[in-house]
Amino acid sequence: MQKITRDQLVEKAVSLLEAGTVSAVLGWKKGEFDYDITPALFKSAEEIKELFVWNDFCGANFSKYLVAKAPKQEGKLLVFLKPCDTYSFNQLLTEHRFDREKVYAVGIGCEGMADIDKVKAICGDGIVSINCGEKMAVGTIYNDAETLIDYADVLAERCVNCKSKKHVAYDELMGDDGEVIDSDRFDEVARIEAMTPDERFEFWQDQLSRCIRCNACRDACPACTCEKCVFDNPKSGVENKAPANSFEEKMFHIIRAFHVAGRCTDCGECSRVCPQNIPLHLLNRKFIKDINEFYGDYQAGAEVGSRAPLVNYTTEDLEPSEVFDRRDTNA
Amino acid sequence: MRKCSLSAMNSVFAEIAKEAALYLPVDGKDGRAAYTKWEEGKEWSSALNTVKSPKDFFFPQTEDLMEFKTSGKNIEIVDVRGESEDFVVFGVRACDVKAFEVLDRVFLSAPVDSYYASRREHGVIVSVACTRPSETCFCQTFGIDPTGGAGDISVWKTENEVFWQSNTEKGEALMQKLASLTEECGAEAVEEQKAQISAIMKKLPLASLKADAFGGGKTAELFNAPEWDELSATCLGCGTCTFVCPTCQCYDIKDFDTGNGVIRYRCWDSCMYSEFTKMAHGNNRLTQKERFRQRFMHKLVYYPENNEGLFSCVGCGRCISRCPISMNIVKVMKKLGGNTNE
Repeated sequence: MQKITRDQLVEKAVSLLEAGTVSAVLGWKKGEFDYDITPALFKSAEEIKELFVWNDFCGANFSKYLVAKAPKQEGKLLVFLKPCDTYSFNQLLTEHRFDREKVYAVGIGCEGMADIDKVKAICGDGIVSINCGEKMAVGTIYNDAETLIDYADVLAERCVNCKSKKHVAYDELMGDDGEVIDSDRFDEVARIEAMTPDERFEFWQDQLSRCIRCNACRDACPACTCEKCVFDNPKSGVENKAPANSFEEKMFHIIRAFHVAGRCTDCGECSRVCPQNIPLHLLNRKFIKDINEFYGDYQAGAEVGSRAPLVNYTTEDLEPSEVFDRRDTNA
Repeated sequence: MRKCSLSAMNSVFAEIAKEAALYLPVDGKDGRAAYTKWEEGKEWSSALNTVKSPKDFFFPQTEDLMEFKTSGKNIEIVDVRGESEDFVVFGVRACDVKAFEVLDRVFLSAPVDSYYASRREHGVIVSVACTRPSETCFCQTFGIDPTGGAGDISVWKTENEVFWQSNTEKGEALMQKLASLTEECGAEAVEEQKAQISAIMKKLPLASLKADAFGGGKTAELFNAPEWDELSATCLGCGTCTFVCPTCQCYDIKDFDTGNGVIRYRCWDSCMYSEFTKMAHGNNRLTQKERFRQRFMHKLVYYPENNEGLFSCVGCGRCISRCPISMNIVKVMKKLGGNTNE
């Protein structure tokens, strides 16, 4: 359950809109059910009062929308940012992807978001209502009584391993700020590292062979903001709407992981949006873990303007041979 | 009507698999169902549906059409076609069976797509009634009956038994092969299940959704509707909706350079992609709004206009479940259709 209420956010959005501080609001819009919430650009107070939603299904990271939406706005655009979203926000600023002056950022606390598939695994299909109170109360057409669920049991994977409750960017903060968390997010990566090369190949083959090349991971990724992706460009020679063979299938994800290495903030949008449930974030986390081990801890987006170790030379940098020497203990 | 016990299904699957490749929904390691080739040990999933639709069986995501091999000044054209295998798709829901009709009208109209036609000829579809429809289901909006009766054979699964009824000659031929494993029976249990399903359908949250505001002849009225701006405002432009959709049928044909020739292949395309239908003069839909509009106008207006009013949405609900931003055809229909859809 979220500590900040929907009404608090509505009040904030309406007051900033009516005061003329902002001219539009990026927020979450009511869906058909209580969980299918769509990111939306609100332009009037009436619309916000009627359709704005804030609950445990507001997972979408709005930072990337600023790249496309902020320049088109007359005046400022209000964006609500959860702690993990603020890292993407900073990283995009570092890369000069939007004009900070065009945005009014309100940081909001987050208790972790729910995964609807986990909810359905507990209460089944046919959901007609979800009320987020002390417990999550889910009504379905098949059960007479509402199913009461502990939030911890339906927390999205990325939130189970939440890396920070701290907001690293905002114009205004609602509620108290949290702390960077010493999470267990690298445990799964370590487990994969411990596999033999054959096991590891089989693991990724099994996962990536399910890819349908919908590009949702790329399109949702705040680090993927190329104006023309190489995979969309017919002149690139690698443009493909479908893999020509099983190598290309993996190549897309491996190239993407390399391209966002050092820039990925580990927001987890890639895995959240994957229709095939592929744990894509693990590829990126492997890079983050390696960067931490090779160059010292580095968190992309923790501050604006930081130079990622991969694009920054220091005389203390690891020699390539030292990486090579690790090959037997850590792939 | 014939029946067998649920525990006999493994023998039934083994019998079918003797003469044809058998595909059915099987739970994956991640708990999501996917059509999988049956072999000993594979179990029929109880999930309502698969993430990917069964359209792959007739219209695969990628398919080699032909190969050109060059040596010196000679070009050899190699026939790489492989769609002549007999197969059975078991456990298809009524919405997905209806989707085959939508695809048929595209691929089997002149000029007939012989790759698709050949797969259709070799495939037998066994449907299964939907005992536990989801809140995302809205097949009834398009007049589809989830209580059974679709495909070459209809199957109903009860707690301990499986009931069978053939609907076509192909279905009858398969039923005869299963004669020793099934027995003649009455239709009482099936009738009872049909009544239960009908009652559930009335309780679904999307039960009252109507498509009356759409159909042929609505282009002028809907094309420039101001609502498209808002509906498409946060669309990411990914292809999830089109790739999980059982009726989306657009494809691209491309050449893969093999070094000594090319393999010409076809792959699914998506109207959501920026390069979709790009021509020599450039692209005819430059914004995501135009691409977004194309998808829904195609399903709700253009297709019915060319196909006696048949919509090319079957209400399976996959786009509702899988869209990264939870935008979908139901929201589009409600917004554009106004009160007529409530």
